[in-house]
Amino acid sequence: MAAFKETKLPPDAPVAQKALGWVDDRFPLSKLWNDQWGKYYAPKNFNFWYIFGSLAMLVLVLQIVTGIFLTMHYKPDAALAFNSVEYIMREVPWGWLVRYMHSTGASAFFIIVYLHMTRGLLYGSYRKPRELIWLFGFAIFLCLMAEAFFGYLLPWGQMSYWGAQVIVNLFGAIPLIGPDLSLWIRGDYVVSDATLNRFFAFHVIAIPLVLLGLVAAHLIALHEVGSSNPDGIEVKENLGADGHPLDSIPSHPYYTVHDLFGVSIFLVLFSAVVFFAPEMGGYFLEYNNFLPGDSLKTPLHIAPTWYFTPFYSVLRATTADFMYVLMAAVAAYVVFIWLKSRLSTTVKSIIAVIALLAIVGMLPQVLDAKFWGVVFFGGSVVILAFLPWLDHSPVKSIRYRPDWHKYVYALFGLSFLTLGYLGTQPPTDAKTIVSQVCTLFYFSFFLLMPWWSAMGKFKTVPSRVTFHPH
Amino acid sequence: MSNEKQVDSGRRGLLVATCAAGSVVGLATAGALVSTFQPSERAKAAGAPVEVDITTLQPGEMRTVEWRGKPVWILKRTPEMVASLKNTDDKVADANSQRNPDEFTPPYCMNEWRSIKPEILVAVGICTHLGCSPSSKFTPGPQPSLPDDWQGGFLCPCHGSTFDMAGRVFKNKPAPDNLQVPRHMYVSDTKLLIGKDEKGEA
Repeated sequence: MAAFKETKLPPDAPVAQKALGWVDDRFPLSKLWNDQWGKYYAPKNFNFWYIFGSLAMLVLVLQIVTGIFLTMHYKPDAALAFNSVEYIMREVPWGWLVRYMHSTGASAFFIIVYLHMTRGLLYGSYRKPRELIWLFGFAIFLCLMAEAFFGYLLPWGQMSYWGAQVIVNLFGAIPLIGPDLSLWIRGDYVVSDATLNRFFAFHVIAIPLVLLGLVAAHLIALHEVGSSNPDGIEVKENLGADGHPLDSIPSHPYYTVHDLFGVSIFLVLFSAVVFFAPEMGGYFLEYNNFLPGDSLKTPLHIAPTWYFTPFYSVLRATTADFMYVLMAAVAAYVVFIWLKSRLSTTVKSIIAVIALLAIVGMLPQVLDAKFWGVVFFGGSVVILAFLPWLDHSPVKSIRYRPDWHKYVYALFGLSFLTLGYLGTQPPTDAKTIVSQVCTLFYFSFFLLMPWWSAMGKFKTVPSRVTFHPH
Repeated sequence: MSNEKQVDSGRRGLLVATCAAGSVVGLATAGALVSTFQPSERAKAAGAPVEVDITTLQPGEMRTVEWRGKPVWILKRTPEMVASLKNTDDKVADANSQRNPDEFTPPYCMNEWRSIKPEILVAVGICTHLGCSPSSKFTPGPQPSLPDDWQGGFLCPCHGSTFDMAGRVFKNKPAPDNLQVPRHMYVSDTKLLIGKDEKGEA
């Protein structure tokens, strides 16, 4: 540690400069700003897909600020909650705006995060050395889902109540500890005041704290290794005379203005929804939630909010009959690993034993389909975390992949959207079969990725980024 | 430090002991916090078994008590009502309550009348379809929304599921299961305890 050294400024320097110097001697303010944004060099070939990170940050701030003001009027009490939300909507001056901003913000957050993840998928942003950025991002996604789930109970409407009831009962499917676990989560025999109170605590303080920490980790990791770009080229391999990558520009002012432009477009769309369609046809705010939660009467059709429906569809697709298909799929996958992978025999044997246990467990006499539905439901989310290790493609960006890879991605996107749509609909036999096909494709996309992602004829990746000055 | 290679075993011992003590305190605190998630004494009291005196219950009379936020019916069936169960045996979906017995039928009620004593039915009055509360239709014979050979039972007004006098769901109805029979026991000849049986609390 060097001795304390005061920054020497000429006596006629502006007061602001002196003040900054005084602070910088005691706290790395300028350094933090420059490292994290001001002199953070980012590739110059970013396209519109790269706006969603900043937008997610904006929505996070929006959710926290509107959330703080909502807690000033909301009452986390089963007897008062529903009416306190109506009170915010009707009697608190501008309360309806704050509440609609918060509820629309939740959906906007998921739209942005899904697009942000799509960007990562298209351009291989999660590839080495950015695996940890992806994992932090994945953890943020889990936190967001938890935030959304806990927050959805708070208005204490019918859908809040029964949605929570259904999801908490999912834990009851776990053998042995299940029923006690659901009881422990609820703190009562039915979803009740105790449940509402603890969900409120999670929603307003516990999860947001973790979320903020993870966002910081996500950004620190990103600014440590540097951003990727649509070409998937490591710009740091071509340094200029000034020591900065030739293909990079400082984030400020260049990406500051880009982001501000993106923010203005986003805010136009966001305001349009807040003011003209806050319910978004029942997708952002479900109609059943305008009825107070009633433990003695179930709504006719319980559907989660749209951002959970792809995974919820996987849960519903796992019917007793479908278990046989899944057993066959697991067996086929193990055979495939034995024949096609270069893993050591020990690893292969471990995989085979686990698979055998799973297949035995899938027999209707052992564990019922409800339990496996929960397993595949969780698996469909968690599998995203493994992407950096599943993708073996020699190039990062989809731009230089074989053309048929684009169709695989398109098909994956389509099956994800189909699952999402089906999750909002009441199940029928035909719809269940479609969702089962999509579920199989969803998992195959990831589980077979180590092989298909390396197949085909890859295009040559240029040494410098593709960029046309405008 | 000049002597960092030298390990003072006495100090290392103390270090290990301090870490161990610290972990115990940490784990105990975490345990206390996790325990606060369990149902509180008030919730347990509200969910406690309910004792019902059925001395004054007349044949054909039904009483509803609340247990864990749910309506529980106690019905004293007349001999005709009990006899009607013979006629509905082949019309109900699951005459012997074989489906999901853990959830819907305790072992001592897996019989035609789904009860301990043939005349006393104890059932949770919530339709297994979507949780509406079925209404009593005890009078046999043709009547609106019911089949002409109606033997007496329950009708769920929401989606038309019908149940016989033992809460067994009729075939091809939206409800998948028979009405739930909660775990219960007789403390004496005329005193029922709902929510608890010889094996413990539900």
